[in-house]
This record gives sequence, C-alpha cells and structure tokens, in this order.
Amino acid sequence: MSQAALQKLKERFPDAVTQTYVGKGGDDVALVKKEAVAEVCRFLKDDPELQFDMAPYITAADYMGSEPRFDLVYQMYSTKKNHRIRLRVGVPESDPVVASVTPIWKGANWYERYCWDLYGIRFEGHPDPRRLYMYEEFVGHPLRKDYSLRGRQPLMPERTVDEPFRGPGPTGG
Amino acid sequence: MSSSSDLDLVPAIATRREDALSGLGKMVSQGLGWARKYSLFQYPFVTACCGMEFMAVAAARYDLDRFGAALPRFSPRQADLLMVVGTINVKQAPILKRVYDSMADPKWVVAFGVCASSGGFYDNYATMQGIDRIIPVDVYIPGCPPRPEQVLDGIMMLQQKIQDQRHQLIGNEPPALPAKG
Repeated sequence: MSQAALQKLKERFPDAVTQTYVGKGGDDVALVKKEAVAEVCRFLKDDPELQFDMAPYITAADYMGSEPRFDLVYQMYSTKKNHRIRLRVGVPESDPVVASVTPIWKGANWYERYCWDLYGIRFEGHPDPRRLYMYEEFVGHPLRKDYSLRGRQPLMPERTVDEPFRGPGPTGG
Repeated sequence: MSSSSDLDLVPAIATRREDALSGLGKMVSQGLGWARKYSLFQYPFVTACCGMEFMAVAAARYDLDRFGAALPRFSPRQADLLMVVGTINVKQAPILKRVYDSMADPKWVVAFGVCASSGGFYDNYATMQGIDRIIPVDVYIPGCPPRPEQVLDGIMMLQQKIQDQRHQLIGNEPPALPAKG
C-alpha cells in the first residue's frame, strides 16, 4: 500500500527507523526508535506527499521476557492519500515513557490514556494523563502479563460466595 | 399461569408464626401479595447486550404486560422490581448498590442473564462475579442471553414468590435516617 511512504521515512530518518518489513496481509511496518516518535509523527502528518492526517490507532503489546518488553503500535492512515503504514516502537520496562502525539493529533488522546491505563506506558506531554477504563483507585496495569490473572480490586465490600462454578471473590486468585 | 397459584396459598401445615397471624392479617397479606405481583414496576438497569433481549421480551411479541410488568420506570424511586440486565463490572458496583438502596420497599431483584447472575465468561480483573455479591437477588435467569420464554418463566417464578411472601399494610418500619451533622 505505501512502500513509497516507508521509503521516504527511511530516507528522512535513517537513524530512527531501524527496520522496515511487510507484515502478514501486506501491512507495511516500520520499527521506530522510542526517542524519535514525536519527530517522525510530525513528519508523517505534515509532509505533503504523506499527509497521515487521521489520528492513529495506538495500542500496545506486552512481550514479557524479551527486551524491550513493550511494543507500542501506531496504525496510521491518510484520508487524503488513502494509504496506511504501521509504526512499532519498542519500549523498555525500565523506562516506559514515550513522547505524546496528542499535540499532533487530538484524537490520540484516549488511545494514549488507554495505553497508560492497561499497560502502564506513560506519555510525556499528554494534556490529561488519567486512566481511561479502570477507576483511579485501581493499582497496577491489568493487561500486563505479570498482573494477577483474576486480581480484582473491588470498590466496595463484597459478600463471598462459596460456589465451585463462580470465579474467585474480591481478592482474586 | 403455570399453576393455580392464587388458590394454593394456605400451606397444609401451619407454622407457629402463621398461627400467631390473625385471619385478617392473612387475608390482607394475600390481597397485598396478589396486588403487588400483578403490578411490578420495573427499573431496567441495562448495561450490556442482554438489553436487546430485554427489549424483545418487553415488546409486543412476548409482551411483559401480560404479567403486569409492562411499565419501566426510569427512576428507582418509582420502581419495585430491579432488573439487572447485563454485565456489572467492579467500577459499576457502587452505582448498582446506590440504585438498589434508593428503591422504596417492598422491592425485588431479578438477575437477567448469566453475567448478572455469576459473571458469566467474564472471569477477569474487571467484572463482578454476580450481583449477589452486593445486593440480594430474588430470581436468577440464566442464559447468554436468555430466551424470552426464560424471562417470562422467571417473572412467573417471581410472582409466585411475591404471592408466598408475607405482606403487611402497616408495621413495615422505614429504614432509619442517618443522623444529621
């Protein structure tokens, strides 16, 4: 779909783009260094040939045990040029901070809050860095692989039910 | 109706408590039970996909109105049947508890669908494993989602239960108000 965009990105940022490949189903993917995310995104949006004007779908993946542990994924789309690329950004567990792209695309706001809520990846420069789904009292980030499988954190006292077919109670398991 | 529930009210063996009840009290209780079971004003607490099934069962084809439970009230103050339709997660539990607490007595609760009854297949960090962990439930309707026939069966079971309960015109103490200040 957009080998041209990838090519252009590689030429413009030879240091930041470490690798490009064509993924399954023909998606064009670029591996980008964490430090260069804001710069690369600004370029992708403003360049007259690329014009990735739609806010990307941002999500994350947890590859526990490998380094870097997290993978931030940006699915880019241009409504003007009708092409897409995907950026993958490795985020280490020791320093899970990435520059926010909300100043570039306003629509990235909730996606970044989502990644903070469920994966614990912090976004530097985000205007509203709260959790998105879970409540403020929640401790931890539930989609991390090392979060307890059914670790519930009830907001109010719950009755325990002794029944073999129910899940574990308030304290989880 | 499934059985002649209006007729077999008097159990064969009278308990000591029923002996103590006067005949008039018994008649009043039966009359009130009869009135209450046929005028269930429901508050649909709809959170998930079971809501579509709730609409199906409330609409003309299955028609909850045949059981006197037609009119949804969108204020818990006016309702006496809390229908919890759909998944209740941990974040929502205090809201459900508050809705239940603001309903006037007498009140009944139906857990509609397997998620409200037991958490269903959402055995994860976010979902409460059944609403009976925070509020008492009268009838559980299983199914994902339940067939309208199952819901009607549940409503009829609830009617039977209401008729069998002991009702009073006076003597139900209102809950104590919290102290001021």
